[in-house]
Amino acid sequence: MAIRKVCGIETEYGIVLRGVGESNPVTASSLLINAYVSQQQRKVEWDFEDESPGRDARGFAREGAMAPEVETHLVNAVLTNGARYYVDHAHPEFSTPECADARECVLYDKAGERILARSMQAALQVLPQGQDIVVYKNNSDRKGNSYGTHENYLMDRAVPFGRIVQHVMPHFISRQIYTGAGKVGSEVLTGDSQIPFQLTQRADFFEEEVGLETTLKRPIVNTRDEPHADAQKYRRLHVIVGDANMAEVATYLKVGVTALVLAMIEDDYFGEVELTLAAPVQSMRKVSYDLSLSLPLELADGRSITALEMQWELLDLAKKYAEDRGLEAVDEEVGRDVLDRWESTLSALEVDPSSLSRQLDWVAKYQLIDAYRERHGLEWDDPKLAAMDLQYHDVRPAKSLFARLDTEKVVDSDAIDAAITEPPPDTRAYFRGRCLQKWAGSIAAANWDSLVFDLGSDPLRRVPMMEPLRGTAAHVDTLLKGCATPAELLTALES
Amino acid sequence: MPEREQKKRQPAQREQETVEEAAPAKSKQGEKIKADLDELLDEIDEVLEENAEDFVRNYVQKGGE
Repeated sequence: MAIRKVCGIETEYGIVLRGVGESNPVTASSLLINAYVSQQQRKVEWDFEDESPGRDARGFAREGAMAPEVETHLVNAVLTNGARYYVDHAHPEFSTPECADARECVLYDKAGERILARSMQAALQVLPQGQDIVVYKNNSDRKGNSYGTHENYLMDRAVPFGRIVQHVMPHFISRQIYTGAGKVGSEVLTGDSQIPFQLTQRADFFEEEVGLETTLKRPIVNTRDEPHADAQKYRRLHVIVGDANMAEVATYLKVGVTALVLAMIEDDYFGEVELTLAAPVQSMRKVSYDLSLSLPLELADGRSITALEMQWELLDLAKKYAEDRGLEAVDEEVGRDVLDRWESTLSALEVDPSSLSRQLDWVAKYQLIDAYRERHGLEWDDPKLAAMDLQYHDVRPAKSLFARLDTEKVVDSDAIDAAITEPPPDTRAYFRGRCLQKWAGSIAAANWDSLVFDLGSDPLRRVPMMEPLRGTAAHVDTLLKGCATPAELLTALES
Repeated sequence: MPEREQKKRQPAQREQETVEEAAPAKSKQGEKIKADLDELLDEIDEVLEENAEDFVRNYVQKGGE
């Protein structure tokens, strides 16, 4: 049986400090996060004990491969909702807490946007008059510089990595038809063919099939092997091909369908279904550039198939899987809902993609920008359209073009507000978040798989959390309520 | 799967469409959505960054991840 697909999303936001000539994005990001954190709570620093982003899932590090560096000197905070909020390279990054299913992942991804919006407000209070910080939830500056939105999924360590690569690659390439956030133009030279608009922000930036890098020669399947959990039992699949979605349905499908596909891979359910592409890297762009969703992709076995047909095949398999094995790994109720929405989305893409403007980012963005273009008689390379593309992702509610559209919601707005400070109940993030709410002053450091307590007199005490599904509300609520002090908690945990 | 077959169009139709247009289909529903967009487009000029060219040029990020 596939294990529970605990999941999360990390988003690097684009950042601009306005009102100064030259701005340093690292300083601006630090200021932004500090402004928020100092307004909210006592700051608890991240603990880097467990970080090893250079480890490769294939069991080796390729000669000359660039493992990312961990920057310990920058702001790095843990929030009471169990999330991590920090400066990564030159961007503010928000990592959702571990979520038990795709819907919860949408909830915390949206809470992240509101945290960034509140951070901008907080920054205004500490910045000199005339300066402000603006952040964008997108993935490129339109000049060839890209920053990521990464998904993470818990997987059984016993699954051979080769099997994951084989079956997840066609999904990553074909899912672009509903996960794309849309982009005006292209950032790679495409010869004579003009690309007025493409499905995704990220397809321009992938050059390899499989690899460890995330900042250059980006691979479609990333091999970073850092489980942040019991490494004997688990793997964390680090997915770097996705876009930063604004539309809730797009995020929901992105995470929900991918979790389902991974559960099927884990249960070795693909059988005869073989969708290996002849040229994955080229196919990635081909799908993104094809707004008609009709160009065939060549498979390794000589057949041709469109991205949409590929998704239909995966859906057919998933429906059979649901009947045979159940959907416990992705939550029964969420899993059924994802299957229904997946099917209705593919049907709509088949018949009339424009009918999905309330569900998918690329459709919403395309319609808005194309309508503006027609009204004003503009060419696709007009800077106004590029500006609209950027401003679609503006996180300020008053400036965001996305916020003006009446898109379909998956989660309740009040629940998103609650998720700004409250942890998810069904993963270890609950224990992390609650401890921070109660005893931030006694927590010296925190990371994904441990909390370090400082009780003043004794040596620092580390509480390991190697099981992502332990430390839930069901497990620890009674315990936490019964402890008046962190010392009592530690004593209770040891007994 | 019979229900799937109903939803899928034949490859012949698909090829034909590729020739006709390389953009999302502009159906009647699409036209209605465009009409709805008009109201929004009226407001958008007030929201858009004033100098689009400067805004786009100055939006420079360092690569991340």
